[in-house]
Amino acid sequence: MLAPVTHILPLTTIRRERLLPLPGRVVARLEQKVSPVDVIAEAVMGQEHVLYDIARTFGVSPEAADKMMRVSNNETVQRGQVIAQSAGLVPRSFRADRDGRVVAVGGGQVLLEVGGGTIELYAGLPGTVTRLIPERGAEITFSGALLQGVWGNGRVDTGLMLPLLSQPDEVLKPGRLDVSLRGSVLLAGHCGEAAVLQAAAELPVRGLILASMSPALIPLALQMRYPIIVMDGFGRQAMNAVAFKLLATNVKRETTLCADPYDRHLGTRPEILIPLPAAQEPPPPRDIEAFAPNQRVRLCRAPHLGEAATLLNLLPGLTILPSGIRVPAAEVKLESGEQIVVPLANLEILG
Amino acid sequence: MPASLIDADSLLAVDIGTVTTRAVLFDVVEGHYRFIAIGRAPSTAAAPFRDVGEGVRQAIENLQAVTGRTLLTGDHKLIMPVQNGLGVDTFAASLSAGPPIKTVVAGLLADVSLESVKRLARSTYTRVVETLGMNDQRKPEEQIDSLLRLRPDLILIAGGTDGGATRSVQKLLEVIGLACYLLPAEVRPVILYAGNKALAAEVKSALEPLSSALYISPNLRPSLETEDLQPAQRILAEHYAQTRRRQMGGLDELSAWAGGMLVPTAYATGRMIRFLSQDSQNGILGVDIGASAISVMAGFGGELTMGVYPQLGLGEALSALLRYTSLDDILRWIPLDLPADSIQQYLYQKALYPGSLPAVPEDLAIEQGVARQALHLAVQAAARDFPPGAKRMGAGLLPPFDLILGGGGVLTQAPTRGQSLLMLLDAIQPTGCFTVFLDQNGLLPALGAAADRNPLLPVQVIETGAFLRLATVVAPIASARLGTPILDIRLVDQSGNETRLNVKQGALETLPLAPGHSGRLFVHPLHRADIGFGPGRAPAQGIPVSGAVLGVVIDARGRPLRFPADHVRRREIIKKWLWTLGG
Repeated sequence: MLAPVTHILPLTTIRRERLLPLPGRVVARLEQKVSPVDVIAEAVMGQEHVLYDIARTFGVSPEAADKMMRVSNNETVQRGQVIAQSAGLVPRSFRADRDGRVVAVGGGQVLLEVGGGTIELYAGLPGTVTRLIPERGAEITFSGALLQGVWGNGRVDTGLMLPLLSQPDEVLKPGRLDVSLRGSVLLAGHCGEAAVLQAAAELPVRGLILASMSPALIPLALQMRYPIIVMDGFGRQAMNAVAFKLLATNVKRETTLCADPYDRHLGTRPEILIPLPAAQEPPPPRDIEAFAPNQRVRLCRAPHLGEAATLLNLLPGLTILPSGIRVPAAEVKLESGEQIVVPLANLEILG
Repeated sequence: MPASLIDADSLLAVDIGTVTTRAVLFDVVEGHYRFIAIGRAPSTAAAPFRDVGEGVRQAIENLQAVTGRTLLTGDHKLIMPVQNGLGVDTFAASLSAGPPIKTVVAGLLADVSLESVKRLARSTYTRVVETLGMNDQRKPEEQIDSLLRLRPDLILIAGGTDGGATRSVQKLLEVIGLACYLLPAEVRPVILYAGNKALAAEVKSALEPLSSALYISPNLRPSLETEDLQPAQRILAEHYAQTRRRQMGGLDELSAWAGGMLVPTAYATGRMIRFLSQDSQNGILGVDIGASAISVMAGFGGELTMGVYPQLGLGEALSALLRYTSLDDILRWIPLDLPADSIQQYLYQKALYPGSLPAVPEDLAIEQGVARQALHLAVQAAARDFPPGAKRMGAGLLPPFDLILGGGGVLTQAPTRGQSLLMLLDAIQPTGCFTVFLDQNGLLPALGAAADRNPLLPVQVIETGAFLRLATVVAPIASARLGTPILDIRLVDQSGNETRLNVKQGALETLPLAPGHSGRLFVHPLHRADIGFGPGRAPAQGIPVSGAVLGVVIDARGRPLRFPADHVRRREIIKKWLWTLGG
C-alpha cells in the first residue's frame, strides 16, 4: 500500500525550481551560492489598471472612438500625454491622468497598466544555483539535513539554531526567552501561551521550531514576522524522537526555516534546512514509498499522536481497533518499547 | 430479455475521492446486471503524484486480485472491450478529489441571475472567490484588477432573460474579456456562459480566444419566472476534466477510457437521486459525507436540487470549520466528557491527515460528532434551495422524504449500523415515514457515472439490493409534552406475529423486523401527532414495511432535536439513543 512520506533526513540533496509568475529578468548566476532571502529574478508588473472610455467621453460610437486613438498597445505613456483626439477645427483631446503602459486598445476604450512595481523572486532555500531558466528563474540545489514539519506560518529566515529544551516534551515558557537568544532560531517543545510568541517577536528571533502548538495560537502565529514551524501537530505533544535527535545533533549550526504552509495538492511543506558539507552529492529524498517492515514511521492520530515507531509487520486482512472500526493495520514498536496495533491510515513513513 | 441486455456489457466504474480511489465492477449474472466487486487504493491526486493514474491503477489491480479477472495489460492499459475473456466492455469515471475550483460568478440582478448562477456553482466542487453583478459599485478596472489578482479557474456567466437585456451583459463580458486578455495564456480560466441566448455568438467570438475553454449553455433564466440549471450543470459536468486539468494529471487518459465522460462525483450521485425520485410520492434525499465536500442531493418528482459544500468536507476544510459553527454545537453531539480543546485539536490534526482514522472510542466520538454537525449545516443550507412547493409538516422542517440514502467513509466505516443510522437521523432530522439506506460500497456515483453509457445497469443493480437497508423510520411531529404518549403502534409481520409499542414524545424506539422479512405497520397517532399523513391521521390498512438491519425505528425525539442543558444528562441521553440502536 502506498504510504505518505515525511522527510527527516540527516543528509540529502534537494533541487527546487523557483519561478516568477510572469516573464522577467534572471539576476542569479550559475554556481552562485544563495541564501533563502537572496533575489534570483525580478519582473515588472503593474499594480492596477485604469480604463478610459473614450467613446463615452466624446459621445461617439466605439468605432469612431477607435479612429481617434493616439496610442497603441504596449506603449508607455506619461501623465498628460494625449490618449485620443477628435477631428475638426477645434480638436478635443483626452489625456492620461497617470503614467503607465497601454495594455489594450479597442472598442472605444483604452486600458492602462499603472503603478508598476517590481516583483522580486527569492531563492527560498540556501544552496547553489545549478540551472538558469531564462526569463523565469533558476534551479537551486541544496545539500544537508532536511526536516519537514506539519504546519508553517509562511515566513522564511535563517539563523543559528539554539536549543530551549532538553527533553522532547518540554513546554516552552515566556521566561525562557532572554536577550541572549536574539537573532537565533530556537528549538523548543510545546507552545501553549501567546506570551511565548510575543516574547520571541520582541527579541526578535529568526525562527521558532516547535514540537507542537495549541491550535488557539494559530491566528497569532500567522501574524508573527519570524518563521514558525510545528513539527508534529496540535495539542500538547512531544517532538518525535527521530526529529528531536537530528535537530539536537545540529544545534549551533546555521539553520533555515522555510515555513511554507502545508499544501497537499501542491506538495509544499514547512521545512527546516541545515546546510552540511558533503564529499559527494547525497541521494535525493524518496517521495514515494510503500509500507514495509523495519521502516521508521510516525503516528499521525491519537493515541500516541506524533510518536515515532518502527513498523514490525503488516497485519493480514482487517483488524478491529479499540474504536470498533475494521481497517488494514500494522504492528509497530514505539520508542518506549511498547508494541501496539495502528491503522495504516494513521501512519506515515519517516525517511 | 430486455433489448439492451443483448450486448451484456460489463462495466468498470472508477470514483476518485480525496482519500480513496474505488474501482467497481458490474457484470451480467443470470440475465441481470449485478455489482460484482470493488477494489480500493489510496488516491494519488495530491502531491507527490499529482496524477490520479497511479491510484486508479492500484484500485483496478486490487479489483483484479479480488475477482481474478484481468482488466489491465502489462503496461497498465485498460483492456476494452473484452478480448478473450479479459477486460471490460465499458468504463465510467467520476471525480471529487482536488481543491475546490476557484470560481467567479457573474450575473445581473442579485436575486435573479446572480442567485441562479451561484446555485449552479454550488452544484459542483467550487469556491466562489468573486461575484460580479449589475449593482456592483466598483469601477470596471477595479473588477479587472480583482480578477487578475484572484486568477480564477472557472468563470460562470449568466444574466439577461432570452430576448431581454443585452447591454448590461455586454458590460460584464467586457470586464471579463479584458481580465482574461491580461492573464498569461497558461492560467486563463474555463468559461461557461449561460445567459441571454441572443449574445451567445458574440460571447463565443469574444471570449473563446481568451479562455482555456469556452462552453455555451442554454440560459439559466430564460424568463424571470423560470430557472433551469440542468443544461448548464450537465455541460459543467461533461467538461469537468478540463476544469481540473491544471491541478492534476492522468485525467486525459481516464476521460478517454470513459468516452469523454469523466463527471464530478456529486453530479453522478445527483443523477441517481433524480432518477430514483421520478416514481417517488415524496422526495428522495441523498447525502455524501466526503473528505473533499459534503454533498446534499434532493429529488422531487424527477427534479433535482443539489448542494456541494467543500467548506464542510471532513478533510482539509476542517481547520476552518469553526468559521461556520461553534465548538459547543459540535460538543452537543458527543456522548463523552471531553474538553473543548480536544475538538479543536482533532479539527486541525484531521485537516493535516484527511485519510486518518479514529483508533480509540474518544476519537471516534469526536469524529462522529463533527460529521453530524457538518452534515446538519449542509442539509440546512441545501434546504433553502428545495422547491417552495414541497410540502412540509411544519415551519422550519424539511419536506418528508420517502427514502434517504447516505454515503461516505464516516457512515460506512462506523463500527455499528446503529451509529450510521443515528448520525443520519441526528444531522438531517427528517420527518414522516421513510426508509434509510446506506451506500456501503460507494456505488451511487459509479451507477450515476455509468448511467450515460448503460441506462439499464443502475436500474437493475439497485433492484438487486446494492444498498444496505438500515431501517424504516417513523418520525412523528407532535406538540405534546415530553413523556406524553403520541403513537400506538402495532407491527404485524408476514407470519402474522404482532408487536405492540406505545411511543412517548421524546423517545427513540425500535421494533425488530429482520432483512428479508416484511410486514405492516399500523400507527394510531395520539394528540394530533403527524407521521406525514396529516395531524392525527394514518392509513387504516397500515403501512407496508420491509425488514432492515435495524428493523423499524420510531424517532419521536421531536424536531428540532433539543438537548438537556445539563451536560451529564445530555451525555446520558445520547448514550441511551445509541444503546437503543444497538450501541
